[in-house]
Amino acid sequence: MAEFTMPSLGADMDEGTLVEWLVAPGDPVRRGDPVAVVETAKSTIEVECFESGAMGRRLVEPGTTVPVGTPLALIEPAAEPREEPGEAGRPREEPRVPSASRRAAPAPAAGAGAGPAPAPAAGPAPPRAPAASGAPEHGAAEAGPLVRHLAERSGVDLGSVHGTGPAGRVTRADIERASAGAAPRSPRVRATPLARRLAAELGVGLSEVTGSGRDAAVRARDVSGAAARRSAAHPPQRPATAAARASRPPGEEAPGMRQAIARLMTRANRDIPHYYLSTTVDMTAATDWLHDHNRRAPLPERLLPAALLLRAAAVAAREVPELNGFWADDRFTPGEGVHLGVAVSLRGGGLVAPVLHRADTLDPHALMAALKDLVTRARTGRLRGSEVSGATITVTNLGDQGVETVFGVIHPPQVALVGFGRVVDRPWAVGGLLGVRPVVTVTLSADHRATDGAVGARYLSAVDRLLQKPEKL
Amino acid sequence: MNRADALNLVKESITQVVPDADLAALGPEDTFRDALEMDSLDFLSYLEILGERTGVRIDDADAPQLTTLSGSADFLAARVT
Amino acid sequence: MSTGTRARGTTYREAMREALREALRSDERVFLMGEDVGRYGGCFGVSLGLLEEFGPDRVRDTPLSESAFVGAGIGAALAGMRPVVEIMTVNFSLLALDQILNNAATLLHMSGGQLPVPLVIRMTTGAGRQLAAQHSHSLESFYAHIPGIRVLAPATLEDARHVLAPALADPDPVVIFEHGSLYNAAGELDPAAGPVELDRAAVRRPGTDVSLITYGGSLPKALAAADELAADGVDAEVVDLRSLRPLDGATIAASVARTHRAVVVDEAWRTGSLAAEVSARIAEESFYELDAPVERVCSAEVPIPYARQLEEAALPQTADIVAAAHRAVD
Repeated sequence: MAEFTMPSLGADMDEGTLVEWLVAPGDPVRRGDPVAVVETAKSTIEVECFESGAMGRRLVEPGTTVPVGTPLALIEPAAEPREEPGEAGRPREEPRVPSASRRAAPAPAAGAGAGPAPAPAAGPAPPRAPAASGAPEHGAAEAGPLVRHLAERSGVDLGSVHGTGPAGRVTRADIERASAGAAPRSPRVRATPLARRLAAELGVGLSEVTGSGRDAAVRARDVSGAAARRSAAHPPQRPATAAARASRPPGEEAPGMRQAIARLMTRANRDIPHYYLSTTVDMTAATDWLHDHNRRAPLPERLLPAALLLRAAAVAAREVPELNGFWADDRFTPGEGVHLGVAVSLRGGGLVAPVLHRADTLDPHALMAALKDLVTRARTGRLRGSEVSGATITVTNLGDQGVETVFGVIHPPQVALVGFGRVVDRPWAVGGLLGVRPVVTVTLSADHRATDGAVGARYLSAVDRLLQKPEKL
Repeated sequence: MNRADALNLVKESITQVVPDADLAALGPEDTFRDALEMDSLDFLSYLEILGERTGVRIDDADAPQLTTLSGSADFLAARVT
Repeated sequence: MSTGTRARGTTYREAMREALREALRSDERVFLMGEDVGRYGGCFGVSLGLLEEFGPDRVRDTPLSESAFVGAGIGAALAGMRPVVEIMTVNFSLLALDQILNNAATLLHMSGGQLPVPLVIRMTTGAGRQLAAQHSHSLESFYAHIPGIRVLAPATLEDARHVLAPALADPDPVVIFEHGSLYNAAGELDPAAGPVELDRAAVRRPGTDVSLITYGGSLPKALAAADELAADGVDAEVVDLRSLRPLDGATIAASVARTHRAVVVDEAWRTGSLAAEVSARIAEESFYELDAPVERVCSAEVPIPYARQLEEAALPQTADIVAAAHRAVD
């Protein structure tokens, strides 16, 4: 039995308020499923659980604020046969014939779910027996590999099968009986590993994607396409259930959020010796490429300059790993992968920095789709726990606010923050002549404990170089 | 599409993107993109919704006209049959 | 051309010879030995003229006994010399495999670090010249299997010219494979090229759609395939492994991370080949980058035939590489 606890959703979080349960007791949960909504000082977040099993007893009522680490509920193992004496549910008079012969004979349907069991021998067996036990009964944990395989192939949910073997074990015959009534499960979707990974990252259901690869295998481009279409089909509108959510009306900054930002930024300014670098990047190639792409692309597939800027920032972070990671315990630990924090300003004030995981592996199209999705959910309070922590470097883009240069404050324990201003037309010397070019000011705030200016300079030159070849991004 | 329908559609689309937008306070020639603090992602969402609901093709070059209520309504009234 | 260092025309053979000449000149511990390397100028003409220039002490003809002269080379290396031993073809090197595996590769380990073997062994490999089944095989993977030696496969003029010096400087035995079809490859030697980084593969052509990963004699075929693919709108990246042991897994993984598709081209037989090793590494290290199954283009699993059409049919050809790339991309 595992505890589901109030998670730490950021280095600066020490308590959170349980807003809502998303699953009821007894519901099956799988690792990674959102199970509760938690409000922190900074935002309202859907929290995933880290165990698979069934939702057990709830320990905390919605509306309660508890410290990080407090158990909120119990998660029960998915399928453990209960060994208590008595086992009210199991018809013990069931003859223990070998499963093979049971398969051959028209089964006396002793299993749960197979209908009222005509008792073969003595006393009347309780029909629908498991209900009497008062607790869900599972035999899956004791099922062997063959049985699991058969169950999967025939679309039977092991957890719902009543085991008739020794000690309640689910046997082959049980599966065959159960499968007679079960609809065949849709076969595992053929998808490439990259497509599978992207689908998980972008939250796209693989079965909804039409594969364009060999034998209709789903490939990465199919997933990015589906993600782009989905964000087009679901404009940023609060889902109906969201109205009931205990988040505050938009237009009002969460009172706690200001304090949280204040604490974090104070700590950053106190502990981090920042150094600042700035460079101006010629965006002619990038904007030409964008115009060309956008001219041909339907609206949902159009790209904003932010897609290229974020992509360049992520790839440059991979090239200069000294800036991608964390400063803790007086030393630098490089991040595993580039997880790009993206500063998103909220309507009515305040700021969150959700994370684009493995941003360096997303092409501009996938990045754009992921960004749209993330920003929409950040602004409607539907971020997931895994999306609000773990950034290895953060980007802030104040171009939309008309600002040309932003010197940001690093988000501890990260060691760098990249700032993009607005793309503006400026006189620009090219080949000894003056021309008008779109340019953007890129800045870097970096932690001088972790790196020196030369490293930062390498980073900014990498960003510049990458933006000159937008077609390679 | 007549202009009144077009204007309604524009307002609905804006509300989809900015749920708490106070459209009553918005003049027909005000640049709502600035007034409602829409960033480029919001604005792109707005264009996508317009495009989706009307089937009209919207190019980047049309965007400047679509930053005000009246500009957007005129655009739709002229393009949507 | 404005600079004083004009690139000049040369061949792979001449580049190798120039590297030997430089080594013989710059270090008196260096000497060359092997079958017919002296009077005859080398079976493939690599050492032509070196006997006349450096004399019989430093360019030595040996009897036809691979085990004996490779063993002698190991002894000379132990005694402080820097021998370069030429073996006519990889097929014959099997006679010396005992010396290479049981002595050269193990002595440093078994002596607790006291006995390094700074030996360079050069040998010809590969098919394509109608030399039939005893002179045409690609057994690089036999050597790449052995810890304790380095295995290199220079495939360009620059690598041919600049691989020997770092190989001689390496304290461990180094086996250099020269693909027979490359000796006549001609071109301009890039004057800016420096010593080969022995641990590093090289991206010979950047691309975004598919990685063609190859080495040695298959590199020109892969580059030709990349040109054909470009005409079909497929932007292929060509990775030249260059070092077969150690394999540069980082470069392979970085390439697959860019293209998400890999075609491994290897003139050896598919089963148990370097192509198998590279494919396994991609599965281990780049699984979540893959957007298509890894494709392999290898030789047919037969002794290399003598008849020209049969030999051509047995070997990986440009068209096979193009087809494999399309399978991965389309």
